[in-house]
Order: sequence, then structure tokens, then C-alpha cells
Amino acid sequence: MNKPRFRWHILVFLAPAVIVYTAVMIFPLFNTLRLALYSRIDQERVFVGLENFRTLFFDPIWAEQFWNALGNNFWFFVIHMLVQNPIGIALAALLSHPRLRFAALYRSAIFIPTILSFVIVGFAWKLILSPIWGIAPTMLDWVGLKSLFAPWLGKEEYALTTLALVSVWQFVGIPMMLIYAALLTIPEEILEAGEVDGITGMSAFWKIKLPLILPSIGIISILTFVGNFNAFDLIYAAQGALAGPDFSTDILGTFMYRTFFGFQLQLGDPHMGSAIAGAMFAIILIGVCIYLFGIQTRMRRYQL
Amino acid sequence: MNKARHNPFNTALMHGALILYTLIALFPVFIILINSFKERRAIFREPMALPNAESFSTIGYETVMRQGDFFLYVQNSLIVTVASLFFILLFGAMAAYALSEYRFRGNMLMGLYLALGIMIPIRIGTVAILEMMVATGLVNTLWALILVYTAQGLPLAVFILSEFMRQVSDDLKNAGRIDGLSEYTIFFRLVLPLVRPAMATVAVFNMIPIWNDLWFPLILAPAEETKTLTLGSQVFIGQFVTDWNAVLSALSMAILPVLILYMIFSRQLIRGLTSGAVK
Repeated sequence: MNKPRFRWHILVFLAPAVIVYTAVMIFPLFNTLRLALYSRIDQERVFVGLENFRTLFFDPIWAEQFWNALGNNFWFFVIHMLVQNPIGIALAALLSHPRLRFAALYRSAIFIPTILSFVIVGFAWKLILSPIWGIAPTMLDWVGLKSLFAPWLGKEEYALTTLALVSVWQFVGIPMMLIYAALLTIPEEILEAGEVDGITGMSAFWKIKLPLILPSIGIISILTFVGNFNAFDLIYAAQGALAGPDFSTDILGTFMYRTFFGFQLQLGDPHMGSAIAGAMFAIILIGVCIYLFGIQTRMRRYQL
Repeated sequence: MNKARHNPFNTALMHGALILYTLIALFPVFIILINSFKERRAIFREPMALPNAESFSTIGYETVMRQGDFFLYVQNSLIVTVASLFFILLFGAMAAYALSEYRFRGNMLMGLYLALGIMIPIRIGTVAILEMMVATGLVNTLWALILVYTAQGLPLAVFILSEFMRQVSDDLKNAGRIDGLSEYTIFFRLVLPLVRPAMATVAVFNMIPIWNDLWFPLILAPAEETKTLTLGSQVFIGQFVTDWNAVLSALSMAILPVLILYMIFSRQLIRGLTSGAVK
């Protein structure tokens, strides 16, 4: 037998995707990690090893900003996990109810905020929450809670939570859709079998449906994690690159942007920017690994 | 029929909850849209009221038209989005076909390599991407954005499309081979038309994040002639913060194209999201 001919067409099919992906995504990724090990001294690029990371984690000025951004980012993520995902699951549970009328209409309407850009969402909420315009106080007045109103986006202690909730408002459609899809795959027979045993309504949700959609909840959690730890746009659109008031809404994305691009009086430093990118990469990688090896493999999957 | 699952009280409660949340979801958009058609005093005095004959005004839109180059921004956004989608679909489908159709050494490894990018955000590499775009002179061109979005979209596209291509019948392809069709003809003529629904799903998934992205236009193409609509409205609104008519109108003009796209593609998008393509 002859040796099979080299199959050129496989190469032709693969080449464009692999080249673009490697050149624009993978190579810059590693190049950024490499740049984090250099520094600019007297107009020259000098190899400094892990010096930039030492500065980032321990130098008083840098470390304060970094840990602040990291802490804020974690809080941002926690709010999403505690508010966005439960609301998404609840909405999906309602929508997946058999013979619910107008389900498609609700679904499409609730998904609308998700398709809007951060710029629109950021400014729209900034206007609505603005004390000058008075929409938020007026609405609180309707339900008799006017005294609760404060210029939330302008207060250090509330601004981050407010922005996280705005982001929740925007993205609740995604967990809703994914959970909805998962709920639809549960066979009717299982639910009927539960009914025969007297499990209906809420207890059917907790005891039958929820365990079956746990894998989807896992996927949503990791998507939320990755999305939150490279978030930037909403904070930038609503509060600017300085992530005010007094950096209280600064997260890793805005911190990296400010550092590497420079802002106002601060000069851009691509090497420190790369170091922050490296830290973000490590955090995301750890999160993904915890999910893949710690959660996904241990999760019980039921054959439906 | 089981009574416990069709209690009218429960049904009313469910509709109540869904209507409440729908209102929460739509209210901000609605408020922005109605106020963009009102004159300045009415915006502040009666923010919740619909524009009427007395308060109706399009002054905000006039300012936006005069000051900002919105049509250029929309055009840039369209070019970037359509071109990126084209390359994502073409290159993604080709690679997916190679991975799902042929057995060759390194097939698994190549699949894993391409899948890496699903979880790792491309933004992490921004510093080096900017450096590369500066070195190749692509900064402030739409090509910089198209390349980045293509690279960003490929991993998921390859992943989803190869799942679907495995389902295309082998008999069909082999019949083509017996008829003497080349592998390229089989791919473009026989396989691509069959995976069109999956391609639509991939397109809709990628469309919205590309259209709405602020990060890369801000960093790679901030020049006036390459601004996308998202960046353009961000800059415009930043300059006109005190002109409420202009800000509200600019927001409405940024909302409208996306809403129109959504109305056209929402069925496709929802079908894609719920078909389990991302599981």
C-alpha cells in the first residue's frame, strides 16, 4: 500500500481560523504575560522579572489600588451571584410553567436590557437615579419610601452596589434563558411521577427540578465569574475611568485601563498594565479550574 | 388534568410577578424614549408624562444631528459587525468541518486549543494587541476591530458548529465524493446549507457583544472617522452632559438600531439560547 497522500484540504480548512486565532488572541495573551516581566527604564525596555508584580502587590500606592479593585470586583461578583442568578432562576421557573399564556412575550421583553450596550444602560440609570431629574425619588414617593432616597451613585458606600444592581438588571436575561432551556428538557413523566407521590408546586421545584438543573446553574456561575472579572464598560460609562467617587467603584478592568492607557495626569504604563492583566488572567484561570475540576466533575448528572 | 397545577389563583400570581418584572425591565428604556421627544422644561416638570402637543419637541435630535456624526458611527458599527460575523462564520465553519469530518493526528489537540478561547477573555491580551496593531499600522482602522472580534468569536463558533456538523449524514457526503465532487465543493455546496440554522445561532450570539463593545473601539480605534456607535454615543454624551435634550436623544438613537435588530432576530436568538447550543 502507498502511504496516503497528504490531505491539503484539511490544512486549507483549518488555516484561516487557526492563524487569526493564534495571531490575534493566543499570541497577544502570552505576549502580554511576557511584557509584565519588563519595565521601561530610560526609554529602554528592561527585563525585571517579577518586579512589577511585587510593586503591584506590596508597594503601598499600587497595592492599595489593586486590593481595592480586587475587593470591589469580588463584591460585584457576589451581588451577581446573590441577586442576578436567583431572579433569573425564578423567572425561568415561572416561564417554563406549562400552558402559561404570553410566555414568549414576557421572555422577549425581559431580555431587552441584555441587548442594550453598557453605554446606554449606564447613562440611562445615571439619569434615572439622578437627584436633579427626580425620577427615582418620585417613584419611591409612590410607595411611600421617599426617605430612603439618596444620590446612590455619588455616595462611596452605595455606588458599587448600585452599579452591580444595574448590571444585574441588564444581564438577568442570560441566566433566565439558560435555566429556561434546562427546565424544558425535564421530561413530563418525571414531574407526573412526582405528582403521583404528592410532590407538586413549590416542592416539585425544590425537590425535582432544581437538582436536575444544577449543572446549568454551574455553567451560569462560571460565565458570571468570567464576565464580572473582566467587566469594564458599565463602570467606565457611568463613572468614568477614575471609577469615582474616590475609586469606590474601581474594578480590575477600570484599574487596568487607567494604568496602561493613562488618564488625565497619570502617564500610561503598558508594563504595569500587563501585570494587572496577568493577575486577572490568574484569577480567571483559578476560577475556571475550580469549576472544571472541583465542581463540574463532582456534580451529579442525571440521565434523562 | 391535575388541579394542583392549574389553580387560577396561582396563575394570576405568576402573571403578576412576570408583569412586574417586565415593567422593571422596560421602564428605563421607556422613560428615556418618551422624554427624548419633550422640551426641556417638560422633561423636568413631568418626567413620567407622555409627550403631548404642548411639550413635544425634537430639539434634542436636532442638536445630535448637528453635532455628532451619527450616521458615520452607525455605518462603522455595521461594517465592523457584518465583516466580523462573516469571517467568524466562514473561518469557524471551515475549521469546524475539518475537525468534525476528518480524522488526522492532532485532531483532539487542535479542538482543545481552539476551545481554550471560550473561557479566556481576549481583553487580557489588550496591551500586546495594541502594540501589535501599532506596529502593523492598523490602529484607528476598522480592520483592527474586525480582526479582534473575529479572533474572539472563533472559539465558540468552532465549538458549536462542529457539534452540528457531526450530525450531517455521512451518506450525503460520500455520495458527493462518488460523484467526483472535491472536498471544497462538498463543504460549500452540501454541508454549509445544512448547518445554516446553527450558523444563524452563532451569528446572533456574536452580533450583540460586537455591536455593544466599548473596550476595543476605545483603545484600538478612537479616531473620529472610525468611531463605532457605542463609542460615539459615549463620547457625545460625555460632552453634552448638561444638555438633557441632546443626551436623551442620543441615548434613544443608540437604542433604536439595537431594538430593530432584536425585533428581527429575537426568535433566532431565543431559539439559539434555548436549544442548548451553549451547554
